[in-house]
Amino acid sequence: MGIGIRIEQLRKVYDSPPPAFSGGFSFGPSRGGPKDKKNKKDKKKKFEVVAVENISLEIRAGELFGLLGPNGAGKSTTIGVLTTRIRPTAGRAFIGDLDVWQQQVAAKRLIGVVPQRPNLDFALTAREILVFHGAYFGQSARERTKRADELIERFKLSDRADHMVRGFSGGMMQRLSIARAMMHDPEVLFLDEPSAGLDPQTRLLLWDIVRDYNSQGKTIVLTTHYMDEADTLCNRLAIIDHGKIIASGAPAELKSSIPGGYLLRIKFDRVTDGLTADLQKLPGVTEVRASGDGADIYADRGGLLIPAVVSAAQAASATLCDVHIQEPSLETLFLHHTGRSLRD
Amino acid sequence: MNWKTFYALLSRDGHVARRNLIPTLLQNLLQPLLLTFVFGRVLTAGGMMQAGYKNVLLPGIIGISMVMSGVWAVAMPLITEFQFTKEIEDRLLAPIEIGWLAVEKVVAGMIQALVAGLVVIPSAWLAMGSGVNISLDRPFEFAGMCLLVALFAGAGGLALGCSIGQTQVGLMFSLVLAPMIMFGCTYYPWSFLKSFPGLQYVVLINPLVYANEGLRGALAPQVPHISMAIVMAALAAIDLALLAIGLKRFHGKAIG
Repeated sequence: MGIGIRIEQLRKVYDSPPPAFSGGFSFGPSRGGPKDKKNKKDKKKKFEVVAVENISLEIRAGELFGLLGPNGAGKSTTIGVLTTRIRPTAGRAFIGDLDVWQQQVAAKRLIGVVPQRPNLDFALTAREILVFHGAYFGQSARERTKRADELIERFKLSDRADHMVRGFSGGMMQRLSIARAMMHDPEVLFLDEPSAGLDPQTRLLLWDIVRDYNSQGKTIVLTTHYMDEADTLCNRLAIIDHGKIIASGAPAELKSSIPGGYLLRIKFDRVTDGLTADLQKLPGVTEVRASGDGADIYADRGGLLIPAVVSAAQAASATLCDVHIQEPSLETLFLHHTGRSLRD
Repeated sequence: MNWKTFYALLSRDGHVARRNLIPTLLQNLLQPLLLTFVFGRVLTAGGMMQAGYKNVLLPGIIGISMVMSGVWAVAMPLITEFQFTKEIEDRLLAPIEIGWLAVEKVVAGMIQALVAGLVVIPSAWLAMGSGVNISLDRPFEFAGMCLLVALFAGAGGLALGCSIGQTQVGLMFSLVLAPMIMFGCTYYPWSFLKSFPGLQYVVLINPLVYANEGLRGALAPQVPHISMAIVMAALAAIDLALLAIGLKRFHGKAIG
């Protein structure tokens, strides 16, 4: 029972601006822009962006798997390849035993997709969207009407079921998108940034729905840039940045892999090599990274370390300007691997 | 090929078309019918035009009505659905090869073009009043022409809809469709261009010339027209070329 997912050496290079449906794409200066400035004749080749760089991944059947990363990390592109919407430049993607790009139609039968931006059919009412979706998947008239009624009830859309969706709020569109993706009872459900823009209440409803669907043995893959979402919802996750997987595992496992666990982000009026060396010697400190006028200290304790940091600063004639203590979290993990916050 | 899905996609387009039936009919057919009334009735009744002009005009009006209805029915939704909202995504994820979705769009456009033809024939006939000398003695030629014109509308709509963006729709009308209609032998037979020898041959790249001349040949053979064999062969070739271009562009648009 259940369908797993496998990605082998996946690579995607865009030679034109990526399509709108990859949604979360952003053009960071580190990866975007002209690649070959010298060759002016070669105008067509000017735009080249590596969105995904040799990603390999295995998602087990029945797992609730998260792809965590900032905007433009390559999450949506990875989902796009797995859902037949973006052709990979190299590598292979499998849904169960089906090669997504060799057996597209069979793969499409197994998957349901909730896009980052609702792409509902504006020419139809909410109920018609569900019923026609069922029809595309070959459901009988009775079956699709029954299923649409159930989903409308469950997703609290009964009041507006027979209205055109153009006037729906963002939250309603999102709920309808999820209902539509579940209409044909897919074995694998992809949700691309499902809670972006949702109010806290709708977000909790969404989490309940996702957990419930997962408890029926379905595999779920979601992308998110919310740490808490990845942490509370996912069995396992992969952290993606700049098109590469920088860490993967269960949230607890990943958090325990952070050296020391706690992160103290300290700002001084100036940082000297001597100060960095002194900080490194403090009890419980596993790693110190100096950056500009600050230092990131990874340690097995948080606030308890502050008096010692103050003393070290005084000894080096530096003044402490700002202190920020982070408990073990995926955010800290991301910072540790990339030197950047997820929200940067 | 998954017929159930294909039929469901077609039903969806049919459902949307039925919902918008009246505005669509008004948008596509009101102008040709008004033209028919002015040129085919007012000007002929007043003696500015000969009565025989009615037979020249009616097939042309049928031609442009079919083509415009079919092109709009396919191109406009495609332009919108491939835009930012990506409304077409749900159908691209339906369990069918995506090329068939493009074919379905063409079939839906053909049906709308044929319906437009069915509506415009009696309406235009009525608008012109007496003196129309149209014959349905060549039912197979007429049916063949109708299918080829409808396919031209559907495939043309696909190619156009996948080639331009929403901001270029107005420009498309002024730069592509308006000259096509004016130089498409809609209001005059092709042989009338003999006083403009260069133009007479340049307009042969315009598919509407074959559509209108063919319908004229099938409905009013007494009016001079290009030979039916040439018209049908040329239109069939154009249809296939447009279909191939449309499918290629559709794939390009649909997959990132």
